[in-house]
Amino acid sequence: MTLDDFRTDTRAWLDAHCPLSMRTPMPEEERVWGGRQPVFRQPDSAVWLTHMVGRGWTVPTWPTEYGGGGLTAAEAMVLKEEMQRLECRTPLFGFGISMLGPVLLKYGTAQQKAAHLPKIARGEIRWCQGYSEPGAGSDLASLQTKCEDQGDHWRVNGQKVWTSYAHLADWIFCLVRTDTNTKHGGISFLLFDMASEGVEARPIKLISGASAFCETFFTEVRVPKDQLVGRLNDGWTIAKELLQHERGMIAEIGRAIGATVPAVDVVAQRYLGDADGRIGDPVLRDAVARHVMDDHAFQLTLRRAAEESEAGAANGGLSSMFKYYGTEQNKRKFELILKCAGHAVLGWEGEGFDEPALLACRTWLRSKGNSIEGGTSEIQLNVIAKRVLGLPD
Amino acid sequence: MSMVLNDEQRMLKAAAQDFFATRLPVSVLRHLRDTQDADGFDRAAWREMAALGWAGVLVPEAHGGADFGYVGLGQILEEAGRTLAASPLVATALIAAPLLASAGSAAQQNRLLGALAAGERLFALALDEGPRHAPAQTALRASAVDDALVLNGAKHFVLDGHVADEIIVVARTAGAPGSTAGLTLLLVPANTPGLSRTRVSMVDSRNAAHLEFRDVKLGADAMLGALHAGYAQLEPALDGACAGLAAEMLGSTQEAFERTLAYLKLRQQFGVAIGSFQALKHRAAQMLCEIELTRSAVLAALVALDERRAEAPLLASLAKAKACDTAELVSNEAVQMHGGIGMTDAGETGLFLKRARVAQQSFGDAGFHRARYARLQGF
Repeated sequence: MTLDDFRTDTRAWLDAHCPLSMRTPMPEEERVWGGRQPVFRQPDSAVWLTHMVGRGWTVPTWPTEYGGGGLTAAEAMVLKEEMQRLECRTPLFGFGISMLGPVLLKYGTAQQKAAHLPKIARGEIRWCQGYSEPGAGSDLASLQTKCEDQGDHWRVNGQKVWTSYAHLADWIFCLVRTDTNTKHGGISFLLFDMASEGVEARPIKLISGASAFCETFFTEVRVPKDQLVGRLNDGWTIAKELLQHERGMIAEIGRAIGATVPAVDVVAQRYLGDADGRIGDPVLRDAVARHVMDDHAFQLTLRRAAEESEAGAANGGLSSMFKYYGTEQNKRKFELILKCAGHAVLGWEGEGFDEPALLACRTWLRSKGNSIEGGTSEIQLNVIAKRVLGLPD
Repeated sequence: MSMVLNDEQRMLKAAAQDFFATRLPVSVLRHLRDTQDADGFDRAAWREMAALGWAGVLVPEAHGGADFGYVGLGQILEEAGRTLAASPLVATALIAAPLLASAGSAAQQNRLLGALAAGERLFALALDEGPRHAPAQTALRASAVDDALVLNGAKHFVLDGHVADEIIVVARTAGAPGSTAGLTLLLVPANTPGLSRTRVSMVDSRNAAHLEFRDVKLGADAMLGALHAGYAQLEPALDGACAGLAAEMLGSTQEAFERTLAYLKLRQQFGVAIGSFQALKHRAAQMLCEIELTRSAVLAALVALDERRAEAPLLASLAKAKACDTAELVSNEAVQMHGGIGMTDAGETGLFLKRARVAQQSFGDAGFHRARYARLQGF
């Protein structure tokens, strides 16, 4: 099938199967994360998820044997473009899809893949990621959560922090220390059930008022031996690779969150526009144009990267660039919305503010985290300088 | 709309890279500057470029051109930008060729396009009259007197104005400055009585001239396209000029960036390479991001022009605006990161800085194109 045929078929299928209510901007609380106790704020979300699971399109590029769609990168791009065209909501979110899945596909045993991937694809298990610790942020490899070999099982003790949605997750993929004599070479990658005895997750309240992150404590947690992914003490290799996926995802999430509030030019027209919709303030008009144009160029770059990758000319290190640029751009977007709308988007709650304005304010605050989580912007720039530009340490 | 080059385009780019590196390296521009060369470009090299088909990249095959499209010409221009090569590529191959091919009468095309593609005739577009790009502000008047058109006025900063054999003049035949309506394109042979040309020496050592028109009399056959409808003909050519110039700027910017990167790895202070300092690493990484965004915008604009897509004007403004901002950022950082060496005339960094600023102003700077983009997008 040619790409054009695929596009035509995909468009028709989406049009036939995506409920109209799923073709609207998605408030963050309506996002579907799946799990043992899935939450569907809208009944149509479940319908839409079922359809997409049937095609394997919650994870379009995964092999069909693990519940994926078996699409090429170019086909997946077409699917994404067609979903954007029809404004279809992403049917399922989750760290299983964007982060763990690609790692298991590469490093998992046949048994691990069969056990976990289909459940991720169907949204049956919700995963969280145990990476950062109180003393291991940007210097992630200094993590101390201890994992000891007890013969027939692993014993885990320690604390993670900024564990996204740990209080809602069913399983965790976790970086643990299996050798205290060496830094990077003493880390392993472990999977376990959050319902295990000795696991406790406490939400942390953020400046936006939301509590998406947790402190997560492990006390004498017993983990079966076959739940270590890859080789013992080789977890850093996986961790680094997984960070690439995470960075791609955060750039995406930042944009997805951003997409739930009107575009900057629309906000500017509403608050500053003249009768023809032209932004009256020349300074802000220039700033809005600059922002929209950078967005445009960024989108073109995402597309170029996908096409280059498809053509076998992948440009290494681009995921760091996308994470850095996408999140910084998202932050700039909200600062610009604040400048254009003024006090109207600085309301915290209650009367006097409409829902989109309140959401814009909370999202502005949330966007500050985009350039911290998953490796700060400063760390991303370090990575680009080292891996892409070859600058010395 | 593909965002990767095909094999032919990649081969053309490789051939251009080789040609400019060996035949027109940066030292050639320096030599033209230091010898105050009357032409301001290497005529022998231009003949070789024409023989390679580069003068007529945008000329239809029926007129002896290669008809290889804007993406193809963009690759040549990008490589020309890497060595700051001075040549008639922009004024003649990029701007005049498509203008003649789209607006010219059969007689005009027969007379000029073959000679253009062969590299035998040079062209210039005489458009702007002030220090900043402003097509609507055209005041140079073409008045109908008896059967003739009479031109009076002046054009400034005309690229290749003093070496061109034919000048394409944007003249006002109706309306007042400030309006794009009432403009007419005219083909004026350089030796027409009443036209005087003064070369101006720009900071980038590339060709520019001021042109004076005093009672320049032209026959009706001088008109390129229809009376009063010049802007409709001109605007697509200007989109092409912006996309092509953005490609040249991208090449210069990429080169300045790579040279700076090499210097960061080479230069030692405090016992280590200065490229190990985070303050410089981060700025280098930020430059890379801007260059990659610019590259995408430039390619998208070139492709859109070739495919005659409706968003070509939008993408042309996007490409030029990004190329301007990125060129300014990188050329400034190149000087700063080279330290004292960047301030010397013996070093070549300054040549990239100088070319960047002139190219930024040609056919509209970033602010001009942001305003145009906003207008096209309805805000």
